[in-house]
Amino acid sequence: MAWFRRSKASISTDAQRKDIPDGMWTKCDGCGEIIHKKQLEQQFYTCIKCNYHFRIGSKEYLQFLLDEGSFKEMDRKMKSKDPLNFKDSKSYKERIKDSIRKTELFDAVRTGSGKINGQDVVVGVMDFSFIGGSMGAVVGEKVARAIDKARKDKSPIIIVSSSGGARMMEAAYSLMQLAKTSSKLAQLSDEGVPFISILTDPTTGGVTASFAMLGDLNIAEPGALIGFAGPRVIRQTIGKDLPPGFQRSEFQLDHGFVDVVVHRKEMKETVSKILKLIWKS
Amino acid sequence: MAKTVLEFEKPIIELEKKIAEMKKYSESLDLGEEITTLEEKVNQLRKSVYEGLTRWQKVQLARHPDRPYTLDYINMMTTDFIELHGDRSFRDDKAVVGGLAFLDSEPVMIIGQQKGRDTKSNVYRNFGMMNPEGYRKALRLMKLAAKFKRPVITLIDTPGAFPGLEAEERGQAEAIARNLFEMSHLPTPIVIVIIGEGASGGALGLGVGDRVLMMENTWYSVISPESCSSILWRSWSFKEQAAEALKLTAPDLLAQGIIDRIIPEPLGGAHRNPPQAAEILKGILLEEISKLKKLKTEKLIEKRIDKFSKMGEYEE
Ligand SMILES: [Zn+2]
Repeated sequence: MAWFRRSKASISTDAQRKDIPDGMWTKCDGCGEIIHKKQLEQQFYTCIKCNYHFRIGSKEYLQFLLDEGSFKEMDRKMKSKDPLNFKDSKSYKERIKDSIRKTELFDAVRTGSGKINGQDVVVGVMDFSFIGGSMGAVVGEKVARAIDKARKDKSPIIIVSSSGGARMMEAAYSLMQLAKTSSKLAQLSDEGVPFISILTDPTTGGVTASFAMLGDLNIAEPGALIGFAGPRVIRQTIGKDLPPGFQRSEFQLDHGFVDVVVHRKEMKETVSKILKLIWKS
Repeated sequence: MAKTVLEFEKPIIELEKKIAEMKKYSESLDLGEEITTLEEKVNQLRKSVYEGLTRWQKVQLARHPDRPYTLDYINMMTTDFIELHGDRSFRDDKAVVGGLAFLDSEPVMIIGQQKGRDTKSNVYRNFGMMNPEGYRKALRLMKLAAKFKRPVITLIDTPGAFPGLEAEERGQAEAIARNLFEMSHLPTPIVIVIIGEGASGGALGLGVGDRVLMMENTWYSVISPESCSSILWRSWSFKEQAAEALKLTAPDLLAQGIIDRIIPEPLGGAHRNPPQAAEILKGILLEEISKLKKLKTEKLIEKRIDKFSKMGEYEE
């Protein structure tokens, strides 16, 4: 696709990420079906048998969400500074370096502008493969700038989330990104520009507790884990097993926190339809 | 006098007891000189202990069970407090209290997490861990304050939002996100004070405001040192290292540009002299509110959003 060919120096088409199945054949985590890579691509990385939605990166998502060749990336090279000089069993600097090398991304979100069936939009797509899609200052700032752009251009903004939450290695700075992104959305909302939040597997912690839950419409992919606390922590708190389907998209729909659950192959057309319904064109 | 004594407080408390005993007998015996010497000694000891506290020790002070909690500050600082209950939708969350009160002659809305002091009250207060209806109650009260042009004060003291099954069913994440969103453009001054523990999104859910203040012996971060240790070190026993790595004390957060001001506490911590701690806090709150009231609402909101927009460091 044209938009990533242009910046081939940093993103190559055959770059394999951890969350993209290696090799030609891959096993579905949902039903065990063996699926060919070509077929998987054709099916938007979902299982034809059981509808399982594979975790994919921003590169794949942008390919089918936006019109071909329309994506213009913003702030591509923004990188973490490790302001706290954080070190646990491994230094944060090392983690960042390794993640950049492995994913060929600079942090856990890609932002920019593009078109959906001709409609101008601003877009952000998170990459779970980059330190668990965690939000530190880079993710917060890139999302905030994307929202600012949507406000200035009066373009709807669509953010596709997948994240384990705030990034521990930037401590309080990470926590403040929840406030930063939410306050930018308040400004955007005050000017009547729409925000559509797409929640994919998994979206938990600080990302759910900030921008991902603040869509004018919240759309979830089927079967995505969506919540504040992770299942392990909740299990520890209540001391028993969690009911089947707990915190999944369908559970969130039943409890009133997502508007609609949409299959990935229908995502672009659904977003397009919603924009026609709520936004001048 | 403190009922619970932390390890590093012990030598100070012992000396203080000795002085008190000597004072009792000083009328019949001439102990004046010895008392003076001991008092000098305890002062030096206080200085050296409290100036050299590690981050983990400060976390312990922030959690000291004798520290004043939200209702203690409300009782000591305000008059005519009337507590307001419930989110008008589900129920009244006892982990958070809020209501109208006078701070001197200033009518304010004051809201904060409330911990308990014994097993029974801790169960009642859910250890200061709010459920979604708590965040929604707080937001209802803040909107009420804005409607009648009253400033909002929030007092933060929580080990986190409650990570329970029902909390998830009722949308813990949405409740916190909604508060961040609404607080960022609430048309009235908001002053935030971390009075004890400020753990993660559960704290921040009451934490967006024009001025963010931290009391001297408190902590504020994305995660508790214990949970950080268990996740990053895969063991609960690295909490001291985690506290150091997180840089979570008041001076740390001031240096990071995340808080605006540190509120001094009586020597040894707020629990050593609660009325004095409340008096200092009250004075600073009045000063901050009077400054914020001078700003036009539009300017106030613009500055508030700008302030949070600037937080974080990155390379381009
Ligand atoms: Zn399958």
